[in-house]
Amino acid sequence: MTRKERREYFKERNRKSGGYLLRKKIWNFIFRFCRAVLIFGLCFLILQPLLNKISLCFMTKDDLFDRTVISIPRHFSTQAIRLGWKLMYHFKPFWYSIWIGVLVGVIQVISSTLVGYGFARFKFPLKNFWFACVILMIIVPPQTLLTPMYLMFSDFDIFGIIRSVHGGKGINLLGSFWAYLAVCAGCAGYKSGLYIYMMRQHFRNEPKELEEAAWVDGCGKFRTFWNILLPGARPMMVSCFLFAFVWWWTDGIYSKIFFARGMGWYTVANCLPGVVERLNHEYKQIFNIVSSSGGNFVPPAYGNQILSAATMITLVPLIIIYLLAQKSFVESISQSGIKG
Amino acid sequence: MAKAKRKSMAKGNAKAGYMFITPFIIGFLLFLVVPLVQSLRMSFCEVSATNGQGLKYKWVFLDKYKEVFFKDPDYVPRLLDNLKNMALFVPGILVFSFFMAILLNQEFAGRAFVRAVFFLPVILSSGIMVGLESNNSLMGSMQNAIKEDTSLTSITKTLENILLTGERASKFFEYVINLVDKVYDIANSSGIQIIIFLSGLQTISPSMYEASKIEGCTAWENFWKITLPMISSLILVNVIYTVVDFCTKSDSQIMTLINDKLFKNVDYGLCAAMSWVYFGVIMVILGILAFIISRWVYYYD
Repeated sequence: MTRKERREYFKERNRKSGGYLLRKKIWNFIFRFCRAVLIFGLCFLILQPLLNKISLCFMTKDDLFDRTVISIPRHFSTQAIRLGWKLMYHFKPFWYSIWIGVLVGVIQVISSTLVGYGFARFKFPLKNFWFACVILMIIVPPQTLLTPMYLMFSDFDIFGIIRSVHGGKGINLLGSFWAYLAVCAGCAGYKSGLYIYMMRQHFRNEPKELEEAAWVDGCGKFRTFWNILLPGARPMMVSCFLFAFVWWWTDGIYSKIFFARGMGWYTVANCLPGVVERLNHEYKQIFNIVSSSGGNFVPPAYGNQILSAATMITLVPLIIIYLLAQKSFVESISQSGIKG
Repeated sequence: MAKAKRKSMAKGNAKAGYMFITPFIIGFLLFLVVPLVQSLRMSFCEVSATNGQGLKYKWVFLDKYKEVFFKDPDYVPRLLDNLKNMALFVPGILVFSFFMAILLNQEFAGRAFVRAVFFLPVILSSGIMVGLESNNSLMGSMQNAIKEDTSLTSITKTLENILLTGERASKFFEYVINLVDKVYDIANSSGIQIIIFLSGLQTISPSMYEASKIEGCTAWENFWKITLPMISSLILVNVIYTVVDFCTKSDSQIMTLINDKLFKNVDYGLCAAMSWVYFGVIMVILGILAFIISRWVYYYD
């Protein structure tokens, strides 16, 4: 059908329907147009700060104070990024953060998978009570536990066992991996409750026949779990791990108590908030300003630029992970949402 | 014989179940119950550090709580402010995420991209990233300067002024305008809720809509009679998630106040009392919300 014929055909149909078809088509177009504008606007709203930061990263100081430069730098330079990188102490915090993210994430996922499976597939006394405890764990704000946790790990002890071996004293676990590992192995880390919930939801959706068949064939409980259910749970475990990695990367609560001041260990999240203060400090040294009483010497716009650069440096790994594994993130959430 | 066998199987099941959840039980007791009890104890005590040798507790019973409520100049106003913000945000986030989920449930080009963009804040604005710029005193002052600079010439501001003055002014307008002001925050914190609603919408079987269409329902009626009841259980989940998320955000005013007290004044007892009051308030609110909504939730099966 040529274009002209099609138009004729449409006119014919429209006349027969008493103008309904045309009206509908117009309404449809208006609706779609409005929707497109709305969605574009909202997407822009979310992306704008990010784009803004990226463009700030590549500006020189002159561009910053030039009113005609808004988003595209006139003099392209990587000077801000280099300074941000220096103020973030180069590789060291990244190295620590990656270690913590990977190690802790893996342990957290393993323990959550076990517990999630236990909750999904076994009947045992007080099950509802324990599950309520999982929910409680999700609800309790970690900040409530800050102080006791700090005290506890500075003098760590499990029900008096360690104390008796170690000569009446607990061990100081602060400033090392061990505090993280202990918390995560006990499913009490940052958002562990959520991972347990997600894993439970996943196992509940698996067909029960799988296990029954394994049982009939003489497979033990743990082997059933290991050989039959675990392979199927791999995608969910991967997404839990990714969440764990990302959230540990930006976590400022646990890293603040476990790696408190002057312990020689710091994560990216420890370093980032102090960037501007450090810049200020450097400024003072460079310009020989002798003043112990605070005061800001860095021009705000410049401080903002360096902070943006440092933030971008921190976010780049996360953005890469998200771009690669976007589907895994979104689908795990949508899977666990079903069946409330 | 058969009965005994079944019983032993149930027993074995129970044993295996407990084995699987032992990590949780240990962790729960060690890292949640113990610290919680300790912080409860602290909240009834005057805690003072003895030079590097641990802490000294002096029982003062309710003094710390009295201090929280009657002496501290910041706590109660900030708590009320926080609750007010919550009352503003939580419905806003829910309505927004529901609306977005409905939009994203429709077919259009670039849907996957839009979905990815809306989920992005879950990854990027988590933990310390939230409020990084506003927490920084330097940045804070600059942002204020920018706000003052732009508010004079903006069209929306003028429109807002027109709407808010005169006879048309009402609480509702104020509420909506407040929400629109905060739309960035709302969009930023509704990533997970959108996905949950979206997955819920996708599980509603199309045959229901088909049937209702044949019976002559309009889209409006469809929404109220099919979509909303079918998704009501997820509304409950999302309400709880949103409230928890809102309350535990690290840049909430209460949290910053507690942190300040902890690191500047080093008053453990007061901090513990403050967190307990806050925690108690959250629990009460969650309880009330869960009770009200769960009575209204409709389960299809």
